[in-house]
Amino acid sequence: MDQPAGYLHWGFILISYPNLILIGIMIVLFIAALLLPFPGHASDGRERKS
Amino acid sequence: MSSHVSDESARSWTAATRRQLERRLPWENLLPDRQPLWVGSWVYVFGVVTIAALVWVILSGTILALFGPQWWHLSRAGRFFNSLHFWSVQVFFVFMVLHLWGQYFMASWREGRAPTWMVGVVTFAVSIVAAFTGYLSQQNFDAQWIAVNAKDAVNSTGVGGFFNVLNFGQMYGLHVMLLPIGITLLVVLHIMQVRMKGVVPPLEENGKPTARQRKLNGK
Repeated sequence: MDQPAGYLHWGFILISYPNLILIGIMIVLFIAALLLPFPGHASDGRERKS
Repeated sequence: MSSHVSDESARSWTAATRRQLERRLPWENLLPDRQPLWVGSWVYVFGVVTIAALVWVILSGTILALFGPQWWHLSRAGRFFNSLHFWSVQVFFVFMVLHLWGQYFMASWREGRAPTWMVGVVTFAVSIVAAFTGYLSQQNFDAQWIAVNAKDAVNSTGVGGFFNVLNFGQMYGLHVMLLPIGITLLVVLHIMQVRMKGVVPPLEENGKPTARQRKLNGK
């Protein structure tokens, strides 16, 4: 933990692996939020209780 | 006499504010128990998680401020609350950015919601300054390293004269007092704006309902 993080250097892109992994997790979370069904989601009415 | 009072009331900014609030933010908008059907999506949870993380940031930060740097560096409980503060900030930023992506792709500034979007942008910017002053307030070598490097960047912008990153007292004061108050007020304003205008409806495809809207409508 006291060592500096490793870096990905690809052309003009320079990013640490922890940041790259975090961005990857965020993209996965975002896509999952779009695709996963929301619990208690009724399709018979125009409104739902919040 | 009564008409005189009524005339005064018509010119009063207090009465004007009350009338505006009654018209634009009635109780059923302020504390709604029902939401449009399209709100039933995980994308709308990102903003709520951001607020939940902000609550944890403020609670853990309050405890850190009460006990001080020696406590948060040397005691087990202090280290726990220090970590809790750090990780709740990470969650706050991750979900704020996810909320930003979600609102960007659904063009949430539509139909008179541009001020809501702009307050969100300002909240993001102020949060970055709060996080930066937090890194400077850690009272460790990491904070010193960040301060010594950041001073050149800040001085190059010309604001170094009244925003001195090497001045711990100034950075700590901003971090524990002014910036949290600013962020909290901005977040409250942001929520009020969402309550006033309602949650933005989904985008339509060239004026036609999207596949998701057709599914929700049972067509």
